[in-house]
Amino acid sequence: MSRTDRDGAFFRGEGISLRFGGVTALQDVAFAVEPGQLQAIIGPNGAGKTSLFNVITGLYPLDAGEILLDGARLTGAPTHVVARHGIVRTFQNLEIFANMTVLENVLTGEHLHGRYGALDALLRTRRFAREERRLRQQAEEALRFVGLQDVLGQPAGHLPFGSQRLLEIARALGAAPRILLLDEPAAGLNVKETEALGGLIRRIVDRGVTVLMVEHDMSLVMGISDRVLVLNYGEVIASGTPAAVQQNPAVIAAYLGEE
Amino acid sequence: MLPLREHTHLLGLGLFALGLAVLPFLLGNEYYLTVLIVGGLNAILTLGLCLLMGYAGQVSLGHAAFYGLAAYTSGILTATWRWPVPAGMAAGIALVLAVASLIAVPTLRLKGHYLAMGTLGFGLIVYIVFNEATALTGGPSGFTGIPKLSVAGWRPASDRDTYYLVWAAALLLFLGAQNLVRSRLGRALRAIHASETAAASLGVDTQRYKTAVFVLSAGYAAVAGVLYAHYVTFVSPGSFSFHASVQLVTMVVLGGMGSLWGAVAGALFLTVLPEALRAVEDYDILIYGALLILCMMFLPGGLAEGAERAARWVRALRRTPQEEAAP
Repeated sequence: MSRTDRDGAFFRGEGISLRFGGVTALQDVAFAVEPGQLQAIIGPNGAGKTSLFNVITGLYPLDAGEILLDGARLTGAPTHVVARHGIVRTFQNLEIFANMTVLENVLTGEHLHGRYGALDALLRTRRFAREERRLRQQAEEALRFVGLQDVLGQPAGHLPFGSQRLLEIARALGAAPRILLLDEPAAGLNVKETEALGGLIRRIVDRGVTVLMVEHDMSLVMGISDRVLVLNYGEVIASGTPAAVQQNPAVIAAYLGEE
Repeated sequence: MLPLREHTHLLGLGLFALGLAVLPFLLGNEYYLTVLIVGGLNAILTLGLCLLMGYAGQVSLGHAAFYGLAAYTSGILTATWRWPVPAGMAAGIALVLAVASLIAVPTLRLKGHYLAMGTLGFGLIVYIVFNEATALTGGPSGFTGIPKLSVAGWRPASDRDTYYLVWAAALLLFLGAQNLVRSRLGRALRAIHASETAAASLGVDTQRYKTAVFVLSAGYAAVAGVLYAHYVTFVSPGSFSFHASVQLVTMVVLGGMGSLWGAVAGALFLTVLPEALRAVEDYDILIYGALLILCMMFLPGGLAEGAERAARWVRALRRTPQEEAAP
């Protein structure tokens, strides 16, 4: 952990362990992310990358360890509470709301930021109208940011695959996250789309959002990440700058062997 | 765009209300009115069920139990205990809301088929109580002597009055449901329908929302229940059986799952259809079943989708002659 003092890190996990019956998915995993950083998590299939995301977001209960954000303990918090702390994710196997339009998907992403209740909605109060207008403007802004401004009214399920990936990101941005977890954002994208995605992710980081990204595409990972964490069989085997990780013999042996 | 949409939605409801208001003057037979009253009660039931099933994606196979619980409670309190009718009705609705909140906690942890089984079990238990608690409910032969509805000195003098009352309630509940659905709360419900995991990841407290919509949906059934009890003045277990629950689900599905208009259309269609089929007695069940199968085969999105398609077709038809006329 070169320049960062791990105890003081903005967002960190310590000693995280997760078991499914006799299978160990994560063993004593630690990570630390500084604000405004893009940290990639890589590793062979089954290394525990998505499991780590699921533990962070409260989808899986962890067996041991701590997750801390800005000193607050998030360990074991239910998923919607984790989101309230500003940690929002996308999904490897798209979880788009196919029963809604593109715009409604992003509006749903803004769920936590709508400042009106059931009574305002029922009585169509002025506050309702004002808040809906504001949410809509922000949603349109998020869609413009990812380049989906021309398909606002389309059913989300009808979008091509690549656009659905972008929609997931726009929806997550609608939640105005402090930390964005991207689970294999480039999976299924072609070279050109992946390149554009790299630029988009960098622009998200430039906005001050801290990003954790699970990804298999090595050129994307090495091209845009500030730091890389390497998992193998549920354990951290290396962590550092992309250059340092690429030189690491343990990583080369486990994963980048062919390069 | 938003305010405009607001107006179109209100306009649609207003036109529907107008149609309902003049309808009694066009019907020659008083009997049709009673059919439409039942249709209105069913519309209230399906609106609630549509919020739960169509929007939040949670199945209930026990909704007739809430309907019956409210009807029996208000009936017994006003007939046996001599409570004033409004108090009995309020108590009936309150009891249903309380029961729904209680069973929501364990039930909504279940998903899909298991949730359906859980609500089915609840419906059966309530049905058995209606049948077996004879001292209280009159048992299988039913409970009689429920006073007619009266609120603050006003009582419906005719079926026409009751018709207006029931449909006024239905339209008010429609408006409420529509406003709720077209808000961040409605979006949260639809998000739960599509992906509970994704909804929770965006900060939606899925358990809380599912409980709330379940209780609300039971509340709609309760309103229908108390109106029913004091309109018919007689309740018996048969009206609130498993079969009745399935009938309600059928109405919602036939109408079109994700549409409040569909829910009302489904309720009206399946209330009026059996009456219309009386003419071909003996074969009515066959035709009824065949119609359901045909609807599901050709209109998987329900009557709501059918109406949408018809509208598109009419528009296309109107366009063609003009295009032909143009040189």
